[in-house]
Amino acid sequence: MNQEIFKDNWELIVGLEVHVELATKTKLFCGCLNQFGSEPNTNVCPVCLGLPGSLPVVNETAVYYAMQLGRALRCSVNRSVFARKNYFYPDMPKDYQISQYDMPTNLNGYLELPTGEAIGIERAHIEEDTGKTTHIGTSGRISGSDYSLVDYNRAGIPLIEIVSEPEIRTIEQAKAYVSELRYIILALGISDAKMEEGSIRVDANVSVRENGENNLRTRCEIKNVNSLKSLGRAIEYEANRHISLYENGESPKQETRHWDEDAGRTRSGRSKEDAEDYRYFTEPDLVPLNPSEEIIAKIDQELPELPSERREKLVNLTGVKSSDVTLLVERNHDAFALDAVRRGGEPEKVVKHLVNNLSSGPGALTPEALAQLVQMESKSDITSTQAKKVLGELVQRGGMPANLAADLGFEAVGINDLENLVDQLIDEHSDEWERFCSGDTKVQGFFVGQVMKSTSGQADGKTINKILNERSTGK
Amino acid sequence: MNSVTPEQYQSAVEIADLVATREISALEILERHLNKIEEHEKDVHAFNLVTINEARAAAKETDKLISEGETVGPLAGVPVAIKDNLCTKGIPTTASSKILEGWNPPYDATVVRKLKEAGATIVGKTNLDEFAMGSSTENSAFGPTRNPHDLTCVPGGSSGGSAAAVAAGFAPIAIGSDTGGSIRQPAALCGVVGVKPTYGGVSRYGLLAFASSLDQVGPFATTVKDAAIVHEVIGGYDPLDSTSIKQAPNSFVNEIDQGVKKLKVGIISELMGGIDGITQEVIDQTNIAVSTLSNAGAQVEEVSLPAALYCLSAYYLIAPAEASSNLSRYDGVRYGLRVDGANLQEMNVNTRTEGFGDEVKRRIMLGTYALSAGYYDAYYGKALKVRRLLAENFAELYKDYDVLLSPTSPCTAFKLGAKVDDPMTMYVNDVCTIPSNLVGHPAISIPFGSGKDGMPIGVQILAPPMKESVMYRVAHTLEKASQ
Repeated sequence: MNQEIFKDNWELIVGLEVHVELATKTKLFCGCLNQFGSEPNTNVCPVCLGLPGSLPVVNETAVYYAMQLGRALRCSVNRSVFARKNYFYPDMPKDYQISQYDMPTNLNGYLELPTGEAIGIERAHIEEDTGKTTHIGTSGRISGSDYSLVDYNRAGIPLIEIVSEPEIRTIEQAKAYVSELRYIILALGISDAKMEEGSIRVDANVSVRENGENNLRTRCEIKNVNSLKSLGRAIEYEANRHISLYENGESPKQETRHWDEDAGRTRSGRSKEDAEDYRYFTEPDLVPLNPSEEIIAKIDQELPELPSERREKLVNLTGVKSSDVTLLVERNHDAFALDAVRRGGEPEKVVKHLVNNLSSGPGALTPEALAQLVQMESKSDITSTQAKKVLGELVQRGGMPANLAADLGFEAVGINDLENLVDQLIDEHSDEWERFCSGDTKVQGFFVGQVMKSTSGQADGKTINKILNERSTGK
Repeated sequence: MNSVTPEQYQSAVEIADLVATREISALEILERHLNKIEEHEKDVHAFNLVTINEARAAAKETDKLISEGETVGPLAGVPVAIKDNLCTKGIPTTASSKILEGWNPPYDATVVRKLKEAGATIVGKTNLDEFAMGSSTENSAFGPTRNPHDLTCVPGGSSGGSAAAVAAGFAPIAIGSDTGGSIRQPAALCGVVGVKPTYGGVSRYGLLAFASSLDQVGPFATTVKDAAIVHEVIGGYDPLDSTSIKQAPNSFVNEIDQGVKKLKVGIISELMGGIDGITQEVIDQTNIAVSTLSNAGAQVEEVSLPAALYCLSAYYLIAPAEASSNLSRYDGVRYGLRVDGANLQEMNVNTRTEGFGDEVKRRIMLGTYALSAGYYDAYYGKALKVRRLLAENFAELYKDYDVLLSPTSPCTAFKLGAKVDDPMTMYVNDVCTIPSNLVGHPAISIPFGSGKDGMPIGVQILAPPMKESVMYRVAHTLEKASQ
């Protein structure tokens, strides 16, 4: 496995806890709308406000989504029980959160990264979200504020918490883990997973150890990471912080720390010495969830192709490896690529066009058209410059490239004609040809230029070079 | 003895009939009861709030519907008193606690809604031990309720107000809640009928939670039949309560007159002579009840419920544990009392210190401790095991017996102030009633005789889950015999 080695000696260990807000119509335990951006405290009711006498009732869709994600992450889906996590805070109306503790919905899965490593998933459980507090004062933090406002629209929104094993070893892996998880979630359609809106939140557990060490050392939990870039920076900062401490004969305190984006550092939050005892116990207001084998089978059957499966398919069918494949799947252009290849487009060229020239999508371009275009390029019926232009038109207006090329007056000079032209030039410029054959590559430009002149620029440069080389080696 | 109980009680069935046939108006019925309340409420203090205007409006509406020939519910025109830990929309609901003084719920409890739909006239919210924690109603933040049979005595608790309201004739029926005996024990001490339904048989939506896995809402009445009818009205599946039973039977009066021939009744030996503080007169009356059933054709035998001896301990771990979590929401942030402090935590602490009474604080601390890391297995975990064991005991017995029998309370109503200084002596009052709560089975207390001081004694019938029909049947037989 790759490792992030700091200062030649220290190994990075990262585990990620990701919270995902599910895009159900209503909240996890009541019928209030699950909607981002409403006026504060308008999507609330006795249940999600935790009014005296209120009781929770489970949203079946949320449970279904949770099981779907579990299966997509190759977890076992189990009989599960809700539990109360007790602590006091104004954003939690009941001053306990209904979550899952020792019997969660999903256990023991893994997430395959684009680079091939499988990062273990310890569990993925269901819990309700808290409200949102805004502290009014100079710093925006609770200490020193004049007063605080709480919006309970978010209280009770269904969350899935996905906990990875501490198997992430590099910053790139950490980012790739989050990206990949995001793509799976988007493929399932269970959340819009936007880091900037908070519908996906990442906390990183970071520790280091000396190369070759077997035990895990003290870890710190880093919160308030709002982008992939911040994730990388935060992990790096924190790892270095631990290393400095160890090198000074000290060690980090086990605690929760906040990432300060502006200052580029983590800051101590709540010390884990007065760590919360959440006094977990089984939620008596709810009954256990016991999904049947039939339901799990149905979920498995309905699972969309996962990004890892789609990448594999693209690699197998096109022979193209590399990060281009990852990119195509990320952009959801892999199906298009496969279709174009099946219709006779040369895989490498198809992929290259999609990656380089079609990043914002095929628009009106069809796979059939792309296949034809690529074929024309392969046969040198058009130059690559011309192809790019035609492609642009196809994206805008649709249609087939042969027609468009003709309309535009693009016609690459056919290969036979080119060969004749080259032969003619060889005859006419025998001295220059001799120099080329004996290794003078500067003369190449001369011949290419001459061909271009004769064809008014409608010859494909690559093809010309190919012919020249063939002729010089006597093929 | 300063007693304010009426000479005769008028049952809900009678009243409903008179109103439905238009012999008397709902309003007239209400006024008669309001008069009684006016006369004696200052002595009894059954109510935190008498909702005179709302009641009049409701009664008038019932009369209007009847006069227009509309169908009305089975309790049309019947006055009902509601324990003040059930949410009543627009009407203050306090749980007899300072921390909720003046709080106005924006919604009705399901049980309240059903009573309204049945046409009942809600006359007020009754007093209770704060947050339903207690056995005497002396833990109310608004002063105790007094037993209508003897105003120097307690009515029992925690639903003391509801029991007293019925005993004093303020309303023919009342609603209470029972977590460890809080309906049955005050029913016994006040000489009325009190029922704890099967867990999940009556919705808890809108009941201010004390111990969620034990709480049940149930009726008080002066007759067994009345109790059964009210039970039918308030019971049934509620989609707003996830612990609500989907297939609960909801007809309980169907076999009520069938007597007890051939029924097998088990007398729980552990709850007879050996328990702390049980009086001879209670034992005697219970034995008379046993003979009564035997004479009526039932087969009565002594049975053993070994786990009964551990129930009190298990209960006083499980209930406070759940309560410590259920009462966290009273933090001064969103509703109720708020006492300010220098920061958030201080505000929370100040509010709860001032807002909660001693017994509530005691149980919150006990419960928090029982759930703490390092102690969970030894206390709460162990208590859950006792619970499972008890369920097994009961299941074994119910293979051979139709119902079980025991005294409801070890003694008759004690004097106000007699047991407030030692919580443990107070807790022991619940020893006969707690087992049913722990396993979620139904049980009823019916008045059966009295002690030498004339104070009522109650006998308890226990039945398997969802077998209330048999329970009511046996209770009805005892009731007929005791008249």
